[in-house]
Amino acid sequence: MVHVENISYVYPCGRKEVLREVGFSVEEGECIAVLGNNGAGKSTLLKCIDRICRAQSGSVTVDGADVFRMGGRELARRIAYVPQRIAPAAMSVFDAVLLGRKPYIRWDTTEQDRRVVEDILRQLGLESYALRSMAELSGGEAQKVALARALAQEPRLLLLDEPTSSLDPRNQHEVLRLVRHIARSRRICVVVILHDLNLAVRYCDRFLFLQGSRVYACGGPEVMTPETIQAVYGMRVQIIRHGGVPIVVPLPAETEEGAV
Amino acid sequence: MDRDDRFQLEAYRAYTRKKRLALLAAAAATVVIALYAAGVGSIHLSLGEILGTLFGGGDQQSRAVLLGIRLPRVASGILVGGILAASGAVMQCVLQNPLASASTLGVSQGAAFGAAVGIVALAGGSVNSASASSAVTITSPFLVTLCAFIGGSISTVVVIAISCLRRDIGPAGLVLAGVALSSLFSGGSTLLQYFADETKIGAIVFWTFGSLSGTTWREIAILLGVFLASMLFFLANRWNYNALESGSDTAASLGVATRRVMLSSMLVCSLATAVAVSFVGIISFVGLIAPHIMRRFVGGDHRYLIPSSAVLGGLLLILADTFARTVVSPVVLPIGAITSFLGAPMFLILLFQGGRSHGTR
Repeated sequence: MVHVENISYVYPCGRKEVLREVGFSVEEGECIAVLGNNGAGKSTLLKCIDRICRAQSGSVTVDGADVFRMGGRELARRIAYVPQRIAPAAMSVFDAVLLGRKPYIRWDTTEQDRRVVEDILRQLGLESYALRSMAELSGGEAQKVALARALAQEPRLLLLDEPTSSLDPRNQHEVLRLVRHIARSRRICVVVILHDLNLAVRYCDRFLFLQGSRVYACGGPEVMTPETIQAVYGMRVQIIRHGGVPIVVPLPAETEEGAV
Repeated sequence: MDRDDRFQLEAYRAYTRKKRLALLAAAAATVVIALYAAGVGSIHLSLGEILGTLFGGGDQQSRAVLLGIRLPRVASGILVGGILAASGAVMQCVLQNPLASASTLGVSQGAAFGAAVGIVALAGGSVNSASASSAVTITSPFLVTLCAFIGGSISTVVVIAISCLRRDIGPAGLVLAGVALSSLFSGGSTLLQYFADETKIGAIVFWTFGSLSGTTWREIAILLGVFLASMLFFLANRWNYNALESGSDTAASLGVATRRVMLSSMLVCSLATAVAVSFVGIISFVGLIAPHIMRRFVGGDHRYLIPSSAVLGGLLLILADTFARTVVSPVVLPIGAITSFLGAPMFLILLFQGGRSHGTR
């Protein structure tokens, strides 16, 4: 279980508070979507949780252990982070995923490390890519490899920064289905930044809306209302149900309506 | 399914075996070239004579030529080339710049300035008309070496101090700081030459040409110590470098103290390079080109890239030295000019060929 309490962050050279007393919690096996406009502080929140950015105040605990007080190796065994942009490192897919075992490696990898990598590659359908260079992969394939690398860390908390941004619609659904399956089968907590509200509604259990550096709303499907979306994104929507699945449909802006 | 599993790991083992083979092939080629370099020259030594002398036999002349002149030359070439190339591979990684090399932070120019100070201000160089082989020589090699090392180290310390004072300066900023310092030291060297007499100008130019001829066994012992210590440091950090290849955020999330690894690596690379350059003068291109060549064979995995670059760096340097002293024998061409002259076209060929190792950073 993960608790994030009162995280505040100001960039070292800036004055504007990027995050102000942000807090939420995630249960085991739960997937929570972080939603909000560009610049709302979503990516910074994930970086603060993984200590890539040092929050000026607040705390994060994973299974009761204080993230801000643990060593780098210990932290990497508990939290894995997949950034929005994946650097095309000049190494094979297998080696890129093997990097996820770094927190467990003393001097060199063991047979156990290689077995873990192999299992994950198979689970994600990446076996046939194993010896291909990362530089030869498409954006979507590289995204999957980054996810595989994060899973090789065997984390308790998985942080995903827009994992679907470079994927086609079919792969978007495939990756998020996989993430939800992994969260439930491995009982790990997942925090994922998404821009597509329909993907969030479909694959996430709860939603954290950020607005103006603060938490605007946090909760289950009950917070996914047209009012919340209008307040956070400044756009009018309608939520309809199709086969029991809620779908967020943007409505034409008033000026557009007038024009029509 | 179990059979498939085994096949998958077998395929990976075969893949890593190829990389180890590339490393072994480079090492074997280095041994062959080293033996050739030890034998070729104005007094030719056969393979039998070389091996006989190495194992305690041989006549007085072959012992004098091999143990007193050729072997120190070959050994210093292997060690200096190894230091420059391994440092180049690490600098290209931590500075996230494929054009980075061991001297990117201004080490070479700083060392040249230091040597110029030693020669001009502290009278470390003069004309030696008695010498048949070279009219200009360094009369106080220890003093000039010390000054060159101090010059090269100052450059490193200044860049790292800038990085500590302004924590928001990234790798690109540090490269620019290195360029600025190189320019500063070049200007200083030019001013010193402007005020120096012809003798000292000759000595400065002679030093900057680079040469493997002056290294003694004591200096080789120092170079060996620096080489082993720096290689140990680089290899201990090889997983950190692999993580940095995937981006600094990914590396941080894998538990790498990115800033500490970057600064400590820059410090080790630059100090090791300062030692190497202060002993043999400015050697261009080896630190840049050796890692790029080896990336074609072993990829960007630093477990293999660092040792194989070091081996290839040594090979390239003894090859260049052998070429320099045999192509228009008995005249010995400056090795720094040879590495640049041969290295630049090789680098352009690599660029034009493209391939999987380029444009991937």
